Amino acid sequence: MNAFHDLTLDKVRATFPDAIADVVDFRGERTVIIETDSLIPVITLLRDDAELRYNFLEDIVADDYYEAFPRFAVNYHLYSLDNKVRIRVRVLVDDPDEGPQSLHPMWKIASWLELEVWDLMGIRFQNHPGLRRLFLPEDWQGHPLRKDYPLGYEEVQFSFNYEEIDARKPYAQD
Amino acid sequence: MTVMTPGNDAVQEWTVEELRAKYGSGMEIASEENLLLSMGPQHPSTHGVLRLLVELEGETIVNAAPDIGFLHTGIEKNMESKTFTKALVMTDRMDYLSPMSNNLGYVLAVEKLLGVEATPRAQTIRVILTELARISSHLVWLGTHALDLAAMSVFLYCFREREYLLDVFEMVAGQRMMVSYFRPGGLWRDVPEEFEPAVRQFLDFFPAKIADYEALLKNNPIWLQRTKDVGVVSAEDAISLGMTGASLRGSGVDWDIRKATPYCGYENYDFDVPLRTEGDVYARYRCRMEEFHQSLRIIEQALDKLPGGPVNIDDRKIVPPPRSELGRSMEAVIHHFKLWTEGFNAPEGYVYQAIESPRGEFACYLRGDGGPKPARVHFRTPSYVNLASIVPLSQGSFVADLVAVIGSVDIVLGEIDR
Repeated sequence: MNAFHDLTLDKVRATFPDAIADVVDFRGERTVIIETDSLIPVITLLRDDAELRYNFLEDIVADDYYEAFPRFAVNYHLYSLDNKVRIRVRVLVDDPDEGPQSLHPMWKIASWLELEVWDLMGIRFQNHPGLRRLFLPEDWQGHPLRKDYPLGYEEVQFSFNYEEIDARKPYAQD
Repeated sequence: MTVMTPGNDAVQEWTVEELRAKYGSGMEIASEENLLLSMGPQHPSTHGVLRLLVELEGETIVNAAPDIGFLHTGIEKNMESKTFTKALVMTDRMDYLSPMSNNLGYVLAVEKLLGVEATPRAQTIRVILTELARISSHLVWLGTHALDLAAMSVFLYCFREREYLLDVFEMVAGQRMMVSYFRPGGLWRDVPEEFEPAVRQFLDFFPAKIADYEALLKNNPIWLQRTKDVGVVSAEDAISLGMTGASLRGSGVDWDIRKATPYCGYENYDFDVPLRTEGDVYARYRCRMEEFHQSLRIIEQALDKLPGGPVNIDDRKIVPPPRSELGRSMEAVIHHFKLWTEGFNAPEGYVYQAIESPRGEFACYLRGDGGPKPARVHFRTPSYVNLASIVPLSQGSFVADLVAVIGSVDIVLGEIDR
């Protein structure tokens, strides 16, 4: 952990004393877990503070801790081009339909990155300009990167169990 | 509102509401009078299977909406069902023009999660091969970009040189493209003896080839007309759009991950980061052309100081034992069996490892849950993020300039859709 990470944490603590839920340090990376309501103010502070200047939104990654509660985590990887330091801001999401606020007013790319998270993990960002299917067809059911979504395979039909498997296939039922 | 589909004379009528439902607010239709053109997914200049829905007012682009997902194969989901080592082969198939860079990004993330570091020899070989991959990827970029703008001969020359590099990859990995050569803990095996002379020969003849490409394009009036002041993006906008790599550096933002947060010992090499301030298609072209020279410099330094020693770390819980040991050591057989059936366990935690791929920042988010399979893998692929910039870059320009813009941000659809 370098001094800059500590400076970042001090600044956030000083401005928003209740925002930080937890801090995780692992393999030289710092993760700041914050309350979902304070996402926008904290990220605005990180981006606009004259010393910190985390002005580059690298990526938004959603993670699924199935069976744990809260189940989803959304990671924002911010990078400071001036100071060459990366930080991960993480919010925990219980209900995927009430996800964190969209960051599209702050970075143009944010809505595009959030689209991928919505399509594959099904986290609905609040105030997103228009969530739609991106990789998958419009009529696709479910969000494949969730842990309770099966990997999917086709059961092989042999002559002795052809009928049995055929009855279980989705098309056979309509 | 009419939609024209290439190769199909039938003109389809759409209502604005239908299109909004389909494309969300990414497709703000300005006027009912405008023409909607569906470009792709089979259009040759979309570099793969990208479909762009373009709204035209006369010949001017009012808006565009990328429609992607034709190559989506669920790589991130599939990797969760494989061990860390076996999941590696899927990374080759994302950016199929520089599989070495994908391998490196993933392997470094696994090593970071495990808390190990590759041996100096492995790191140097990784640097040489990723720089060769950068050159080979840039060759395809240059060839296809020039082809899109109707300079066909460049394409043929570029593919001739790329063939040499693919032969080098085949020499070390046994595969021309899907190499899977970098493994967690080191390399698949050491490079053969012929590797160094082959790369040295490339270093000798390639600068003259770059001069050939430059002679064809650099001051070519048609090329200049097609690229200068086309698709201009300011530094501020480029940062807001998340652009990385040469596309960002063409706008004057000095950010190269090899310099800023070095990995694989890049801090020990002497090289420059090419920068331009214009932010147009020509500037991005110049940056990539300069990167050819810088990559050659790095490769030369790496070859000169290529250290000896093993290419794999000495930890049999991560790297399988060499074939020669299997005949005489019971322990080696057990390690071999355990590693190829069960794999190694990674600790709980998550890491993010970014590398500078030919297209920009390629990063891997990896979470381990204590088991032998990744609990979550996510790739931040430069093509996916850079693709979003095509829309603002092409707005207001002619439809013919759209292919110049697509070529200049250098996208690979396999990497976008994953």
